[in-house]
Amino acid sequence: MRRRIFINNLSEILSIISAMVGIVFLIWIIKDVVVFGIKSINLEFFLENPKPPGIEGGGLKNAIFGSIIIATIAVIIAFPIGLLGATYINEYRTKISGIIRFITDIMLSAPSIVIGAYVYALLVKPFKTFSAISGSIALSIIMIPIVLKAIDELLNLVPNITKEAAYALGAPKWMIITQIIWRYIRTGILTAFLIAFARIMGETAPLLFTSFNNMFFETDITKPMATLTVSIFNYAMSPYEEWHRLAWSASFLIVIVVLSVNIISKIIQSRGS
Amino acid sequence: MRDSVLDILFKLISLFCALLLAVVFISIFVVLYYEAELSISTFGIAFMFKPIWDPVREIFGGLIPIVGTILSSMIAIILATPVSIGIAIFITEICPVYLRNIIRTTIELLSAIPSIIYGIWGLFVLVPFMKNYVEPFLIKYFGFMKIFQGEPFGIGLLSAGIVLAIMIIPIISSILIEVFYLVPNVFKESAYALGATRFEVISKVVISYTKVGILGGIILGLTRALGETMAVTFVIGNSYKIPSNIYDPTITIASALANEFTEATTDLYLSSLFYLSLLLFLISFIIISISRFIIHRIRVPI
Repeated sequence: MRRRIFINNLSEILSIISAMVGIVFLIWIIKDVVVFGIKSINLEFFLENPKPPGIEGGGLKNAIFGSIIIATIAVIIAFPIGLLGATYINEYRTKISGIIRFITDIMLSAPSIVIGAYVYALLVKPFKTFSAISGSIALSIIMIPIVLKAIDELLNLVPNITKEAAYALGAPKWMIITQIIWRYIRTGILTAFLIAFARIMGETAPLLFTSFNNMFFETDITKPMATLTVSIFNYAMSPYEEWHRLAWSASFLIVIVVLSVNIISKIIQSRGS
Repeated sequence: MRDSVLDILFKLISLFCALLLAVVFISIFVVLYYEAELSISTFGIAFMFKPIWDPVREIFGGLIPIVGTILSSMIAIILATPVSIGIAIFITEICPVYLRNIIRTTIELLSAIPSIIYGIWGLFVLVPFMKNYVEPFLIKYFGFMKIFQGEPFGIGLLSAGIVLAIMIIPIISSILIEVFYLVPNVFKESAYALGATRFEVISKVVISYTKVGILGGIILGLTRALGETMAVTFVIGNSYKIPSNIYDPTITIASALANEFTEATTDLYLSSLFYLSLLLFLISFIIISISRFIIHRIRVPI
């Protein structure tokens, strides 16, 4: 008996220690991002473009703008496709539903850098230039399966009785889907939208050789465009202290955006249910 | 009449959207294969077993990045699995109720943090820490084993494995927490009623009831680690060398792509990089298919 109690206590202590180790590391990362990043968050960071190495100051206006534009276009492409695709596999149950679900699972875990290579071959190589729009398309390929899976799961929660009531009134199917079913899960759709948006705001790998980078402020989506995440990569790898500062500030900004969007969506979720 | 036309139209548009993903999926294979064809016809299957990567003489072999990818993911899984199981057990069985939701939400939020953040932190914080404290300690006290002998570079396999582990801990543990909650309380209570200690309940009831789910969580973490680019590229060193100990700098498929894709000057060079991408996509495809097969087969009895 004493041995069993000893093993029990030992295992509990080990479990608590491992939980502590995990949580300590994660808090350590957040702390460093905040401490190193907040130092150079000022107006200049938002209002100026990066300066060449060796010159003090500079900001990431170009990258902030680029991240917003590229992610917004990606959402505009991916969200309707994910929503309609999920609706098809869930509401019109056919043989392909299972196959699409399987492909969705695979695409969810597909290495994002491979998506970048794929879009490079399709859109960058033929046109011989990196472009913001190819970055958006790479991101939308990552986003579609996220949205599709989330909405597919939401649609499973719609009670049949709700749909049947609408059918009994003689409403056509498209109207039932858009007016009854989508409306029933609207808070879920909103949170799926927010979470997917936060996810692609933080993506880097698929943008490295699609939207690439740009030292200047660029508004033409057929030209290379800077983003916060690619800027973090390039500036952190550079040997210049000034650029390291910018990379930390960009990291701080990304973490704040991603965490607040996720927290907002959690609040919406808990209000909704 | 109008309604039936709209109905058909709506159905067709949705079908198109659902099929689009399948088209993209298949075309990834086709496009990557097409781009890699030059390298495949030049080097053949032997590409995977050749430890050479020489852009100057145009001889390419993928063994080093393949080994680097597998080793760094293995280190990550070995470190992350026990910690994640510990976290999940702590939250579901040990932790006081009022702390439970706070810790759980924190872990879920952490799994949303982009991997580049783990990368930059790894480069500026973890690497110096490893170089000055952890690696000298390991060399001093575990140096009697061959894999722990070597020079403390900081940048290298071990640091990459640790960054990956930190990144996948929230992912694996949030799955394990959900899985552990699936165990019916009646089962646990019956075991407690028989006089089992908490450890015995956890190891004999909870873990044996959920072992498939645990495996699924670990595999998901593994696929994330295998394909991860940004968290690894910063800290692995990116040198074409088969590591002889766990500190050595090496390279993974994803980090090779991130570093060299825009610098590949010749057709054969670029084609070999596409060959690597195809292999990476195939590896993750196979692992996910296997895991889905396992989970599907076992989910039925539960």
